[in-house]
Amino acid sequence: MNTSNKLKNLHLLWRASFGPTTEQLGDLTRLTPQKYYKTLVKASEKEPAFISVADDALIKAYEDLQDPEKRKEYSEMQRREVNRMQLAAIRQLNLRWFKEMVTTQAQLREKMAFFWHCHFACRNNNVFYNQLLLHVFRQYSLSDFGTLLKEVSKSAAMLYFLNNQQNRKGRPNENFARELMELFTLGRGHYTEKDVKEAARAFTGWTADRQGAFAFKKSLHDMGKKTVLGQTGNYTGDDILDILLNHKQTARFITRKIYTFFVNDNVDENIVNQLAEQFYNSGYNIAALMETIFTSDWFYNPQNIGTKIKSPIELLAGIQRMIPMQLDNDNALLNLQRILGQQLLYPPNVAGWPGGKSWIDSSTLMMRLRIPQMFYDKDELNVSPKQDDDIMMGRKADGTAAVPTPVRKPYGAINAKINWAKYTAQYNKIKREMVLDTIASNLFQTDASKVKNVVAKNIDTSSREAFIKTATIQLMSTPEYQMC
Amino acid sequence: MLIKRKEFLQIGSLATASMMLPKFLKAFESPALVPPGNKVVVVLQLSGGNDGLNTIIPVRNDIYYKLRPTLGVKREKTLKLTDEASLHPALTALKELYDEGHMAILNNVGYPNPDRSHFRSMDIWHSASQSDQYWNTGWIGRYLDAQCSGCDKPTYALEVDDVLSLALKGSQANAIAVKDPKRLYGTANEKFFREVLKNHKDHHDEEPVEYLYKTMAQTLSSADYIFKQSRLHPTNASYPKTELGNGFKTIASLIYSDINTKVYYISLGSFDTHVGQDAQQTRLFTQMSDAIKAFTADLKKNNRFEDVLLFTFSEFGRRVAQNASNGTDHGTANNMFLISGGLKQKGILNDLPDLTDLNEGDLKFKIDFKSVYATILRRWLNADADKILGAHYDMLDFI
Repeated sequence: MNTSNKLKNLHLLWRASFGPTTEQLGDLTRLTPQKYYKTLVKASEKEPAFISVADDALIKAYEDLQDPEKRKEYSEMQRREVNRMQLAAIRQLNLRWFKEMVTTQAQLREKMAFFWHCHFACRNNNVFYNQLLLHVFRQYSLSDFGTLLKEVSKSAAMLYFLNNQQNRKGRPNENFARELMELFTLGRGHYTEKDVKEAARAFTGWTADRQGAFAFKKSLHDMGKKTVLGQTGNYTGDDILDILLNHKQTARFITRKIYTFFVNDNVDENIVNQLAEQFYNSGYNIAALMETIFTSDWFYNPQNIGTKIKSPIELLAGIQRMIPMQLDNDNALLNLQRILGQQLLYPPNVAGWPGGKSWIDSSTLMMRLRIPQMFYDKDELNVSPKQDDDIMMGRKADGTAAVPTPVRKPYGAINAKINWAKYTAQYNKIKREMVLDTIASNLFQTDASKVKNVVAKNIDTSSREAFIKTATIQLMSTPEYQMC
Repeated sequence: MLIKRKEFLQIGSLATASMMLPKFLKAFESPALVPPGNKVVVVLQLSGGNDGLNTIIPVRNDIYYKLRPTLGVKREKTLKLTDEASLHPALTALKELYDEGHMAILNNVGYPNPDRSHFRSMDIWHSASQSDQYWNTGWIGRYLDAQCSGCDKPTYALEVDDVLSLALKGSQANAIAVKDPKRLYGTANEKFFREVLKNHKDHHDEEPVEYLYKTMAQTLSSADYIFKQSRLHPTNASYPKTELGNGFKTIASLIYSDINTKVYYISLGSFDTHVGQDAQQTRLFTQMSDAIKAFTADLKKNNRFEDVLLFTFSEFGRRVAQNASNGTDHGTANNMFLISGGLKQKGILNDLPDLTDLNEGDLKFKIDFKSVYATILRRWLNADADKILGAHYDMLDFI
């Protein structure tokens, strides 16, 4: 079967980036995917700029609260207000990063950062910690896993999320060590409870200061001998990370996760084993691993094309990349993320999002199908999304877990100004009778003839522009468009 | 009769019911709306690992107070159940239910080789697997499979939430997650969707798009059904304006209707109180108590309380000793509340936790939660418990 360059490149763009933009549609037939991938790599070479959303008022209030004298001047009410400002800022951070995903040229870097954000699932109600961790994901997304692991393990966000600031000599808190092994490196079944207990001792004293910088409190550190995964020594936290990295299982576990995220939910064990070997032997070089994946022939096999269900973020970002729009209601986008089951910076628990079919049930499917229409019309988002469900591991700034608040009505009108001119211009040279087919071939990676028939009956044919608009919106409002 | 959707929604519920189903005019005259014997289960999941020892407090146990010097609830503050045991002060509605004989309490419910990871232990409770097994279906989902082979309305089980839990995912069928029947109905009735669905003939496309179409078909037919049922005889009782209150209100309205739903599922959280436990647990318990009070009062008034079994569970309890942050860490066995007007056994059904016989600081379980499931499946829902649970578990006698 001869899969065209266009189809392969669309496939590449949906996996290695957040989907094609209108401008890219012209390129898709020209280049081979291997060459196209090189352009993606080049576009991601620059160092990412630090995303900072906290405004001066919040920065000042936060600094005041760190100072014992100034803190006294803040009433209980004022401190709660600062907490509210923090949460509002984190919502802004979500939107800023999402915007980056939609608009940046460095698509590969942001897509990898998104993967690592899903893998190292973390929640924290301090915007400064969140900003720092987000930058770690973006800065090291294509470097090596060892560096990334260390940076994440020493981030204030992760240390507090997994309660490691409470992990001290004589009174260990195992949470951090446990999730590190279970979810971030080895995976279940490759360590014992004893390993967790011993490793926890090595991480005692690991905490972060209120600026978010890593701090090692020597007085809290258990300096004794620990035995972890068959090795004994007076290990520190760094030593444990090295031990975990030296274990080939870590390479297998991470590679497998990368495969299911970027290639197919059904794992080809042979391929994963080969990739894991390469990953391990290269010193966990992420860029090299991704290059192998995205330029191998097997990646473009039909069974891998159009067979993944888009995650909510991929769906939303993909729509906006194809039909660029301005949303004047931030709440609406956040609510959509929440309703579809994936809110950036707010994983449901430390295991992250299971993905695949779990994105789809009665309510999420219907919402996905309605979203393009909601962007098109000036439509009411007539849903009341769940309050931050903060189950399992959520923490407020003071360490207490969140409690549901009385239900408000966070309705928001979605008022999207779509830049249609730019989009429809792409079809200027296409003959009228070919327009529908062309749009479909730009939006789908699998056979969509059935939905094309339905759309053909419902399109607004009053003008060429109306034709293109309604065809696009309707084609996006289908189960087929959920696939990539 | 052709009613445009907008008009339908604008008409008041009373008029609608009378227009569509005149026979129910009669129902408004008498309190018994649905024939008794239509048994229903309501599962209230306490997410995050609720601290059972501060829920049912062993007020005469010195060990409890010694290991919880600041977190132990003082006897004077608690709500007395027996000489040995009291309720957390915020659970006033449960105290009333206990006094009325409408509540049973099971202590030390858990499972062998307990897991202290949230999602793992929750998966174990949802799937009813052993702790070293990984099942991707839930016990209620498999009940649904048994009730609903090939049916187009998998509404035998409903989750009042936006996201469907593992507990309600079967191998052939998924239950419907619906927080608001009206909203789901509105969405499902767009002409375009109906056409897209109609135009799709299956087994030409591969999974998983097929999975999406199947879900779509079930959703559309279920949405109609659920919405119509929810308008049949909605409750007019007053419920607290919390997420939980609204959820119970929706459940009550559906119970009074003709819907085929046998199991409702709803959650409250987070009870994960590693830090500063008291304030948080109290806040949550207040919400829980208020919602249950409204719900049970409503059911009693409408003569359905005998047919409804409400039970609570959490994925684990917490450690006996408090930690250094005025909270508690993940533990093991926990208690369960069983609330109904149709209980066979009432009160505290088994011994309080033995704090002299701990497993490295954690409670030992005495009752496997799967026996509780088995009892409910067999006796309340008339289902093949052994098949659904994948093994035989002895039943208890509370129903």
